[in-house]
Amino acid sequence: MKVPGHLLAGALFALLLCAPLALDRYWVDVLNSIGLYAILGLSLNIILGYAGMFHMGHAAFYAIGAYTTAILNTSYGVPVLWTLPLSGLAAALFALAVARPIIHLRGDYLLIVTIGMVEIVRIALINDVFGITGGANGIFGIDRPQLFGFKIRQPQHFFYLIWLFAGLTILLFSLLENSRFGRALNYLREDEVAAEGSGINTAAYKLAAFVLGAGWAGMAGTIFAAKMTIISPESFSFWESVVLFMIVILGGAGNIAGVILGAFLVVGLPEIFRDFASARMLFYGLAMMFMMIYRTQGILPPRPRVYRLDRAGGAQ
Amino acid sequence: MEQFFQQLTNGLAVGGIYALIALGYTMVYGVLKLINFAHGDLFTIGAYLGLTLLTSLALTDHVGGFLGIGLLALMVMGLVGVIGILLERIAYRPLRESPRLSAVVSALGASIFFQNAVMLVYGAKFYVYPQNLLPNIPVSVLGMPIPLMRILILVASVVMMICLYLFVQKTRIGTAIRAAAIDQGAARLMGIDVNRVIMIVFCIGPALGGVAGMMVGIYYGQINFTMGWIYGLKAFTAAILGGIGNIPGAMVGGLLLGVIEALGAAYISMAWKDAIAFVVLILILIVRPTGLLGERVAEKI
Amino acid sequence: MSLLALDRITKRFGGLTAVNRVSFAVEEGQVVGLIGPNGAGKTTVFNLITGNYRPDEGTVQFQGQAIGGLAPHRIVSLGIARTFQTIRLFQNLSVVENVLAGCHCRMRTGIFGSLFHTPGQRREERQVLAQARDELAFVGLGDSGGQLAKNLSYGNQRLLEIARALATRPKLLILDEPAGGMNDQETQELIGLIGRMRARGLTILLIEHDMKLVMKACDQLVVIEYGSKIAAGTPEEIQHNPRVIEAYLGADSDDDED
Repeated sequence: MKVPGHLLAGALFALLLCAPLALDRYWVDVLNSIGLYAILGLSLNIILGYAGMFHMGHAAFYAIGAYTTAILNTSYGVPVLWTLPLSGLAAALFALAVARPIIHLRGDYLLIVTIGMVEIVRIALINDVFGITGGANGIFGIDRPQLFGFKIRQPQHFFYLIWLFAGLTILLFSLLENSRFGRALNYLREDEVAAEGSGINTAAYKLAAFVLGAGWAGMAGTIFAAKMTIISPESFSFWESVVLFMIVILGGAGNIAGVILGAFLVVGLPEIFRDFASARMLFYGLAMMFMMIYRTQGILPPRPRVYRLDRAGGAQ
Repeated sequence: MEQFFQQLTNGLAVGGIYALIALGYTMVYGVLKLINFAHGDLFTIGAYLGLTLLTSLALTDHVGGFLGIGLLALMVMGLVGVIGILLERIAYRPLRESPRLSAVVSALGASIFFQNAVMLVYGAKFYVYPQNLLPNIPVSVLGMPIPLMRILILVASVVMMICLYLFVQKTRIGTAIRAAAIDQGAARLMGIDVNRVIMIVFCIGPALGGVAGMMVGIYYGQINFTMGWIYGLKAFTAAILGGIGNIPGAMVGGLLLGVIEALGAAYISMAWKDAIAFVVLILILIVRPTGLLGERVAEKI
Repeated sequence: MSLLALDRITKRFGGLTAVNRVSFAVEEGQVVGLIGPNGAGKTTVFNLITGNYRPDEGTVQFQGQAIGGLAPHRIVSLGIARTFQTIRLFQNLSVVENVLAGCHCRMRTGIFGSLFHTPGQRREERQVLAQARDELAFVGLGDSGGQLAKNLSYGNQRLLEIARALATRPKLLILDEPAGGMNDQETQELIGLIGRMRARGLTILLIEHDMKLVMKACDQLVVIEYGSKIAAGTPEEIQHNPRVIEAYLGADSDDDED
């Protein structure tokens, strides 16, 4: 990114951080939702945007993270923020186990299998598998996160937790884009045979993309669980996956700013146009068809990396 | 033993319905190499249109049960067939030359659109088909009482499947469809109007799906705007099970899945019934992606 | 010990035997050409060497080590790089990014370094960028770095594929129809490039239909027809081999312009 791009992003972010001072509770909560979806969208972006793998089961990873936090907190008393890495790990391990047999599948079939996966996870949660998931009613009574003795309870406080985590995510994933790992994912998206023939272990990178994306979604699950204090299987259905998929595809797969924009549009617009809320999904459907016919890359397509070759100064 | 036989016939009846829907997926996939996500919703539309026509035209009152249902089936097939053609024109034709993902996303968008359109028009509650349209007396088969409805559903499905099979195998248009499914470019060079073939496929496939929806309404009595999702995914599993793109495969896959599901629900667990289809799907794709009778789905080098 | 040795390598697809007990060796420092009519199985032989296909019978040995059936990326890291008959570049990425793909297998930065841009990662990025720049200059694309690959001319795209292959630091370079679609001048430059690569210490195995290039650039030729090897020797020997003339050169002189 050129320097002005950095400055612009920084300025917008600083502006955003002032939001709780100006907006009322309701809108701060909307921004909280947007923030969570932005984090989730960015985690899906690694799998779908960078690596180009059709994945509609992302809600499953989110669910595992949320449930890990819920179970550890309510049954074992583990403080919520301590469960953050554990949720990420649980989701990542699940992805490792589940993705390995299916990543060699061709695009549309991978898509179907990921849909099957998320539904099986949801059904397992409803059926109270292993007796720990609380069944259809879910788990309630999750603690609020505590940071150095300060209990995060109000939407305004959650706002900073969520958006600082989002900021960290944006920073790390921007660095990831401009690295060997990020490039490898793009190569395998563009032409898997050529990537493999150039010496890239495509199977390992596909798996790594899934694991990283899942782990991050798992951590987002922790924040979600702590914010809602109650979680149930209904929050993690295939439709959640569709919303996440749309955030990435509509906003711009492979572009961080695009995904953030996608989160704002997909979550924020229905809030603005509340009267049409029931027709919301209808519009999503139309939007998807429209975008594919007229603007496949999404609103903000991925920007090519720029390298200065005159003195090999590194990626811009 | 009787329990087993009841479940078996039940599974076959449901399987027949899955097969009818699966045929829609497989035919479209065969010709366009596209998974028509919206197909399950065409099934839903068939169910709702059937109900609307049935109640507003009061067919069965005028001409009696069997004829009334028969006419209803034809009307539903016709209407849903037309919707199928429109769907192809609007959502898929512009993307013929685009990468695969675009068409898949568009299909998903169409599915979401249809499902919510049904919800907005009809509402989210469950609707009930009029009962007792056809006499539902138990018929004695091999000494055990089987509901007549179940037999009728199975027979109707099988008859339609046989008609389709003969159509595809014996008629000129059917041969054109098979040719286009093997190699669209070559078919075009041979003078086959591929656009027309695709239009016909998008008429027949959705028509079968729509009439299956009507049959579900009559058999189970209850319909809901989300039914297309679950039936669609199961039918898709059936198509994959039989080998996607393979018409006899879809028939076999549908019946087989229906039986597996019915027996599984009865003997393993009712609560996990829906999961059975997903598990079958994932297992098949991992273990034998070609399906029982069909084509490869893993990445070729 | 030969650098590359194929011993009775065989590949069948259903009822068709695409490659039938083919044996030949490539010595270090040589430029060997694999020629034969279209459909003879030459690219299949390449795919067997590079790991895209697994041999049904026979062995492929590279530097004495059996490599048949290894994954393609493993074979690249062992020292064999390839270009493709139909160009397989990352069309929507830039020229320099395409070359960086070749550098990938010689880099060590893992996910941690990639996420946090450690000093080691940044140093390695500078190094590979310099290397990519050098390879582009070497093949003659020094000015094109920032362009998208799809905007290059056809001939330049072939050169880019070679640059990407060179970036993997191979010992053996396998070129599948590198002159395909090139005009006379580009072909001459390609012959020069092959000479420069050889001077760099590379061993080259290539498939080509352009007889001028093959005769000028290659030390040894291996002739394949219908999946079997029918002759091997120097270009002069092959030119006068009646079996080869009958199978290939005769038919080819009809459609070779000039």
